[in-house]
Amino acid sequence: MNNFKVLVNGIIKENPTFVLLLGMCPTLGTTSSAINGMSMGLATMCVLILSNLIIASIKKLIPDAVRIPSYIVVIASLVTVLQMVIKAYAPDIDKSLGLFIPLIVVNCIILGRAESFAAKNGPIASIFDGIGIGLGFTLGLTSLGAVRELLGTGSIFGVTLWGESYGMLMFVLAPGAFLVLGYLIVLFNKITKKA
Amino acid sequence: MKKLKSSLTNMLVVLTVITIVAAGVLASVNAVTAPQIEKINAENLAAGIKAVMGSDDIQVSEPWEVDAFTAYDIKDAQGQELGKAVVTTENGFGGPLKVLVGFSTEGNILGYTVLEHAETPGLGAKAGEWFQDKILGMNPGKNNFTVSKDGGEVDAITASTITSRAFLRAIQNAYDKIIAGQDATSGATQQAKKAEPSAADMGTPEVIE
Amino acid sequence: MDYVLNLILIIIVAIFVNNVVLAQFLGICPFLGVSKKVDTASGMGMAVTAVLVVATIVTYLLQVYVLNAFGLQYLQTIAFILVIAALVQMIEIILKKTMPALYQALGVFLPLITTNCCILGVAILVIQKDYDLLEGIVYALSTGIGFLLAMVLFAGLREQLDLIDVPKSFRGVPIALVTAGLLAMAFMGFSGVDGGLKILFGL
Repeated sequence: MNNFKVLVNGIIKENPTFVLLLGMCPTLGTTSSAINGMSMGLATMCVLILSNLIIASIKKLIPDAVRIPSYIVVIASLVTVLQMVIKAYAPDIDKSLGLFIPLIVVNCIILGRAESFAAKNGPIASIFDGIGIGLGFTLGLTSLGAVRELLGTGSIFGVTLWGESYGMLMFVLAPGAFLVLGYLIVLFNKITKKA
Repeated sequence: MKKLKSSLTNMLVVLTVITIVAAGVLASVNAVTAPQIEKINAENLAAGIKAVMGSDDIQVSEPWEVDAFTAYDIKDAQGQELGKAVVTTENGFGGPLKVLVGFSTEGNILGYTVLEHAETPGLGAKAGEWFQDKILGMNPGKNNFTVSKDGGEVDAITASTITSRAFLRAIQNAYDKIIAGQDATSGATQQAKKAEPSAADMGTPEVIE
Repeated sequence: MDYVLNLILIIIVAIFVNNVVLAQFLGICPFLGVSKKVDTASGMGMAVTAVLVVATIVTYLLQVYVLNAFGLQYLQTIAFILVIAALVQMIEIILKKTMPALYQALGVFLPLITTNCCILGVAILVIQKDYDLLEGIVYALSTGIGFLLAMVLFAGLREQLDLIDVPKSFRGVPIALVTAGLLAMAFMGFSGVDGGLKILFGL
């Protein structure tokens, strides 16, 4: 499989949000606006690329029986580094994502890719897998956030489209997350499977 | 290179090495970012105080605390008393609502900024801008500082009466404790305490909040 | 007295107002994954509740007596997740040896729980909210009950869904998500209850 295919695979065929349905907690919890969804997607992508790279490079040094704990230590360190960097240089993002930054550790996408891809492939291919899956996740979160923001407050990326008084707040609140994701999955399936 | 065998020594060595490397990396990143995080917090507070006092040229005193309130005495560059900035917290709709508010020496509101909140996005979260043109210049000791629904002079945020009440109460409490309580000569006449919204009032139909 | 009322408030808020799944979006994976039948859903809910309480106690002590004591707060995430992973393994082994019947009922869910973000999430929240140990335990227990409640309600709805002719493209996860959305909407009816109770209790 060449690197380009690995990349596209992550965005469409194995899209983590719409097809694999992984990492649902941040998907639903951080997408009250497009920009929040995108920050979460990008944060996860950073961790994913680095963890794929590191695990693919050191996999030969890790005995099978302690594979999972070792991966968890690597991922948790990366997440903590990211958390400290965000706190120091982008405090606004830290405020809007809050608890969901440390919870990247338990995002099944990251451990899942470490197990199913990085542990079997070389570092370069693993980077591309990280970029592909990461982009797929970011796209999923950004589109979910954009739809919720648009329906909920009439703006997109903070730019107001339909006047101040517009608002179907349900879409910004908890129920909207479930509903919009459900309908987006239907739409994604219609487009990718019929085409 | 062959994959390492899962012997006990191998496992112990690998796990220990990984954990030590991880802890080392984290400690060094922490050493770099911790001062930066502190600096940002201090800068944010300083910028917030400047914003709520409406002046860039100020001297800020060391913070002093009364109950849950943190107050700063503010003087201008010449040492002339400007007023006080107070950090005050009240329970909002979704959780604590933390507001930094600036008072002039007479107790008039110079400005405010919401430091922390857990209000509903698009509703109560609007408190950051909503009251900017409504309460500046008002004096919680002289004006009837409650929402119009409770007979006061301030328009509540549409569909967010609870947030609005909490917000106004936060400022009123700061005024009562810090301005009126500490500085009896400021001329702020202690009004008869306005009726706090009681549990029964919470039953009034509202859209969401 | 205020302390007891405060505990009651924590319980009500954690179960209904800020339901862990339907309002805080923690533990969505098992919520969607193991909710096809009421009995498996309740098994998962009980396993999560048990692990939540044990994990909260251990991580709280770890935070107070190790991380805070030595100024190692930045190791929180890594320490908590390792402890939780080890703890889940231990609970599994102990249950298998001592209570085979309970292991039969809950055992299959245990390995899935390590990556359930509500465990790590609650452990971190207890520290962030500055709870003491008892408040932390009560909070963890009621969060678990809230999870169990959401799981059982949702599984009940999904069992009924099986009997209905769902449009083809909605079958499976999409209709489950729409159902979850409606359930979340129902739980929104509890929002604001905590404010009223606080006034009622005089806190």
